[in-house]
Amino acid sequence: MKKSRTDMIFNLSLVALIFAAVIIVENIPGVNPMLSTVLKKGSIYALVAVSMNLLNGFTGLFSLGQAGFMLLGAYTYAVITIPDSAREKVYMYVKEGSAVSRAWFDNISNALHMSEDVSKLLIMIIGMLAGGLIAAFFSWLIGLPVLKLKRDYLAIATLGFAEIIRAIFQWDKLGPVTNGSNVLRNFPTFKTAVFPLTVSALCILFIVLLINSTYGRAFKAIRDDEIAAEAMGINLAHHKRLAFVISSFFAGIGGALLAMFQNTLQATPFKSAMTYEILLIVVIGGIGSISGSIIASFLYISASEWWLRGLDSGKFLFIESPAVLRGGFRMVVFSVIIMIIVLFFRKGIMGEKEISVTRFLKLFKKKDEKNKEI
Amino acid sequence: MSNNILEINNLSVSYGGIKAVKGVTIEVPEGSIVTLIGANGAGKSTILRTICGLEKTKTGSIKFLGEEILGKPANYIVAKGITLVPEGRCIFPNLTVLENLKIGAYLRKDSIEDDINYVFSLFPRLREREWQLAGTLSGGEQQMLAVGRALMAKPKLLMMDEPSLGLAPLIVKDIFSIIKTINDRSITVLLIEQNANMALQVADIAYVLETGSVTMTGKGRELLEDERIKEAYLGKKKQ
Repeated sequence: MKKSRTDMIFNLSLVALIFAAVIIVENIPGVNPMLSTVLKKGSIYALVAVSMNLLNGFTGLFSLGQAGFMLLGAYTYAVITIPDSAREKVYMYVKEGSAVSRAWFDNISNALHMSEDVSKLLIMIIGMLAGGLIAAFFSWLIGLPVLKLKRDYLAIATLGFAEIIRAIFQWDKLGPVTNGSNVLRNFPTFKTAVFPLTVSALCILFIVLLINSTYGRAFKAIRDDEIAAEAMGINLAHHKRLAFVISSFFAGIGGALLAMFQNTLQATPFKSAMTYEILLIVVIGGIGSISGSIIASFLYISASEWWLRGLDSGKFLFIESPAVLRGGFRMVVFSVIIMIIVLFFRKGIMGEKEISVTRFLKLFKKKDEKNKEI
Repeated sequence: MSNNILEINNLSVSYGGIKAVKGVTIEVPEGSIVTLIGANGAGKSTILRTICGLEKTKTGSIKFLGEEILGKPANYIVAKGITLVPEGRCIFPNLTVLENLKIGAYLRKDSIEDDINYVFSLFPRLREREWQLAGTLSGGEQQMLAVGRALMAKPKLLMMDEPSLGLAPLIVKDIFSIIKTINDRSITVLLIEQNANMALQVADIAYVLETGSVTMTGKGRELLEDERIKEAYLGKKKQ
């Protein structure tokens, strides 16, 4: 018990330190803008990867519906929060105009004399929560038939669900709500990386607490041996559904954050490729490790958005890259790196372990003992 | 007799048309050790799995403390006080020993501290390996953990599916002496065994199953002396 407390204090102080660093970095003018992008997108992907890990790594349900739930969260957020004054312009290609209005919120906000900043923050939080809840609701619905399937079959069914959702959201008939295949924009967004980092940190904290509770233990038992778990009195259907719904809720919130990050929203990028990206992060970080997922998502985003981008634009690690390699070669290098990781580091960066200061200290102690023996 | 903790009446179970259990009737008196012996495919495991709700069937009845439990979900049956030690141990390999024990007490809401200590006093080896992943234990230790995990649910009836499977003879002896100790704590034990010799020595009552039906019943010691049992299960040569 003592061991876990030192770890907790260490981890919390680590998070606080990162936050302080981010606030400082954001406030220094002239700092590399890529760093800010990486922090924003990395924290969003970290949240989505951890939510996928909850399902795939801790409960043993191989689901590939993540992009679909993110899309649900992102659209719900955007549709709810676009200001009424901007709606006419956004929905200009839809004959009927927008069917949704946020007048109810503006009325409350005016009645309570909220300042503009508070009102904006509040609608952002409401929008995100609504996005999470809609994603959770749909996952509950789809989970009723789908969660009876196992392994690959579950993966295929959830993948299909995500594709169907994407197609439905691009459907003309739903134009008054989803704007069809046109772009949604003008919804409130964040400026600095502090907002997505805070939201992700809070959500991940919740997932960590869940995993360390009796529920989390039941999830892991189901992953290890379904029959034994059932014989211990764990209600399989109930716990699987719970994990699925919670994972989708946070995927929805992650989707809403991604919409804010992109400033505009369209259904096209929420393809299965996005799910694979997240799955890759989970695998690289280590299936069943929260800290692994977080580290891997920042590494992955740094590599794809920043470090390897030099290959496309001409400068890579201070070396001029030859013109032949420009335009797309980045993705080739990237794929090769991923193949190497999957082939030779199959357990990922962290395996199933978490970052732990006590384990770190133990390592040194063991080394000391060895030195003494010699 | 009204002091039967478990009464199985005319139970039949089939897997997709193939009848694995054909009208079996078994009584388990409270506080006793009852064993089912029989060859592979006799339907022993199926009976246990049906009792604790892992297998569904509609024909027959299973009464636990006078209440019909056939068709009830597994979590309901475990909460009532029946726990199964599954065949082949089935511990959770990626959880620590302590976590495995806590999962055993999943449906309980009261304090489990005393029971953890009790399990550790039964199996001191497990206390030494409290923080170790269960998958890294030896076969015997895993079996101890499986029994300990089942005890954590505070069962009234403990069912064990081949606890001697794949274990060295010395460890099998240990396991059987533990079964006696558990039984002394007024926990009824229903035991399935291929190792008929060991099982009959500890059992108060034994049932012999052959291809889905009970062919013989008796006191454990008596069956041990029975010529037909000796021939079929204890390795005595035909003359």
